[in-house]
Amino acid sequence: MNLWESFRLAVGSILLYPTRAALTMLGIIIGVAAVISLLALGRGVENSVASQFEGLGADILTVRANMPMRGFSSASTPLTLKNLQALADGVTTPSVSGVAAEYQVRATAVDGYNSTSVTVRGVTPNYFTLNEWSLTAGSAFTQSDSDSQAQIAVLGVTVVEDLYGSADYDAVGESLLINDLAFTVVGILAEQTATGPNDPNDAIIVPLLTAQARLGNARVAGEGYQVSSILAKVSDTALLDAAQSEIEAYLLSAHGIADPDQADFTVTQASATAETRTEVLGIVTLFLSGIAAISLLVGGIGVMNIMLVSVSERTREIGLRKAVGARAGDILVQFMIESLLLSMLGGALGVAAGMAIAAIGSQLISATAVLSPEIIVLAVGVSLFIGVFFGVYPANRAARMNPIQALRFE
Amino acid sequence: MKFLKRSNGKHPEDAAAIPPVIDIREITKTYQMGAEELRVLKGISLRIERGEFVSIMGPSGSGKSTLMNILGALDQPTSGQYFLDGEDISRLSQTALARIRNHKIGFVFQNFNLLKRTSAQRQVELPLIYAGASNRSGRAKAALESVGLGDRLKHLPSELSGGQQQRVAIARALVTEPSIILADEPTGNLDSRSGAEVMQIFQRLNREQQITTVFVTHDPWIARHTNRVIMIRDGMIVADQQVAKPLVAGVDERPSEAEELAGIFQAAYYGEHSAESAGANGSHAHDDSTGGGSGIPEQIAEGSAAS
Ligand SMILES: Nc1ncnc2c1ncn2[C@@H]1O[C@H](COP(=O)(O)OP(=O)(O)O)[C@@H](O)[C@H]1O
Ligand SMILES: [Mg+2]
Repeated sequence: MNLWESFRLAVGSILLYPTRAALTMLGIIIGVAAVISLLALGRGVENSVASQFEGLGADILTVRANMPMRGFSSASTPLTLKNLQALADGVTTPSVSGVAAEYQVRATAVDGYNSTSVTVRGVTPNYFTLNEWSLTAGSAFTQSDSDSQAQIAVLGVTVVEDLYGSADYDAVGESLLINDLAFTVVGILAEQTATGPNDPNDAIIVPLLTAQARLGNARVAGEGYQVSSILAKVSDTALLDAAQSEIEAYLLSAHGIADPDQADFTVTQASATAETRTEVLGIVTLFLSGIAAISLLVGGIGVMNIMLVSVSERTREIGLRKAVGARAGDILVQFMIESLLLSMLGGALGVAAGMAIAAIGSQLISATAVLSPEIIVLAVGVSLFIGVFFGVYPANRAARMNPIQALRFE
Repeated sequence: MKFLKRSNGKHPEDAAAIPPVIDIREITKTYQMGAEELRVLKGISLRIERGEFVSIMGPSGSGKSTLMNILGALDQPTSGQYFLDGEDISRLSQTALARIRNHKIGFVFQNFNLLKRTSAQRQVELPLIYAGASNRSGRAKAALESVGLGDRLKHLPSELSGGQQQRVAIARALVTEPSIILADEPTGNLDSRSGAEVMQIFQRLNREQQITTVFVTHDPWIARHTNRVIMIRDGMIVADQQVAKPLVAGVDERPSEAEELAGIFQAAYYGEHSAESAGANGSHAHDDSTGGGSGIPEQIAEGSAAS
């Protein structure tokens, strides 16, 4: 008997009991659908996180003072404009090609009737270029704006929407109150996709000194003004590690710390942050997929269970087939094909269901699910494996039956 | 007729160029039941020539089915030799036996053993599928026509009467053109009319196509249609005789119950005792002694020169 005949026999047996076949496949369908949708959605979220960090400057290092820990009186030394000048002098940190700084405060912005609580980011003029921020309207500030503590602001689109009801509103020229000080809007920041840990769309950007002197209280005795963070750009990403060591060495000595483990500041590479986050997400995705894989395993055991029931229910049929000349191999192949068909069909339906779930899930979590071919190949491969692995035992059992005992079976 | 040529009593070596279809020598079958040995067949030797029409009779539990299963290559003897068409098959592998069952043997069971929800034609095609034969549907149709079911090709077992189901099973046994058809109580589950129909088919196939047939029956009337009756008791052949004038199915009418019971009653509780009517209908074309249904083996063997 050839394979095609075995295939036809297997299909015939499946069609004889369609409900049972459907129930058998259900376990596989659910398992495969769960694995596929979770993997796809997980990849989607990873990608969207990665894209938030993308363009956030792979060539930029961020320097921050560590938060003083609660219960420890030894407050960390803040970063200051003096540090900024040192990093900019081209000698202290030769690998660094440009530096910018920002000073952040929380403030309340009011325009007419609308009031919103926002992050105000005082920045050096080159902060825009370093971050590759562009404006859709108006212009950024100059060094003289900062020196004169000009009360001018560039708004992120989310703030525009909060204050004026529409993100498209041309707010240039409007005045608003920030912590009761009158500011004039001079520019609108183009919508940023690389939002990172703090979203520039949801910020009001003002000259650095304006934020330091008028909105916050950032003066540090003998050190000039305090900054929240310093961005250091390198001309080539290959220099990132060198620049990081130089900055760390400089700040350790400036802060009088001998042991690098005691550092009261942190230098991070944007790409490293993104990597950590996507790694964590990857682990979560894997973990969830692992749980889904267990359900797939349970589905596989379901296939074996039904195949065993089917074999014992069809004992007399097997006996008869053997009596009219079926060899053990013929019976084995027939039942193997049957279990393979069930699990492969279940796998295919599971892929379809998983894709549908991933599509619906994408809408809900606003991340585009990514269905890579590997995932599908994996799911199909796993179903195939289940078909073979969980089909062998029942099929073998059927094949080894003694024809007389099988025919006598009640 | 062909069956008369069988070389009764001769040694196998003296046989003609064509070997007997079945030649078993000192076959035994022993089942191990825990510590006890159950000897079911105690040394059976038997030869069946091409074209013979044989019935096997014997009390329940005497080993008839065990013997039939061995003859049908469904089971293997504990000891002894089995030559089928001259080939020793008593020590073949399972795979080789499957091939023998497929090519050389057509087995008909008491309970039909048809596949559920499968059309008559597909049932009959089944052995051809395992044989890898071509023109399966054509051959299946022809086989079904030969058992009078040419108009029932698409019927499922549930849509057929018991007699028709057994005829499908016979077609399935025939379709591979086996060397021999073995039937274990093929009429056992049928009423007497359907049983007679099935009998008629076996007889016709044997007469017209010289198909070698062996079947087990409990019914003396049915056994009287065959040419040779083998009696088994306690795992041994106790009689092996030729039938002088086999009945012809469809021609010889089975006596009615009233006839079979004639003359045994003392007094009637209801209705009339009519011994005359039994005598009036009790004449038969071939047989001269139909009146009583008891003591069958002796009666069947009556006038037989064999053994
Ligand atoms: N597989 C078996 N195991 C043990 N004993 C068996 C088996 N098959 C048949 N027998 C025994 O063999 C004897 C003959 O059985 P069987 O050939 O079916 O008799 P028959 O068909 O003449 O009624 C019975 O006593 C039965 O119990
Ligand atoms: Mg029996």
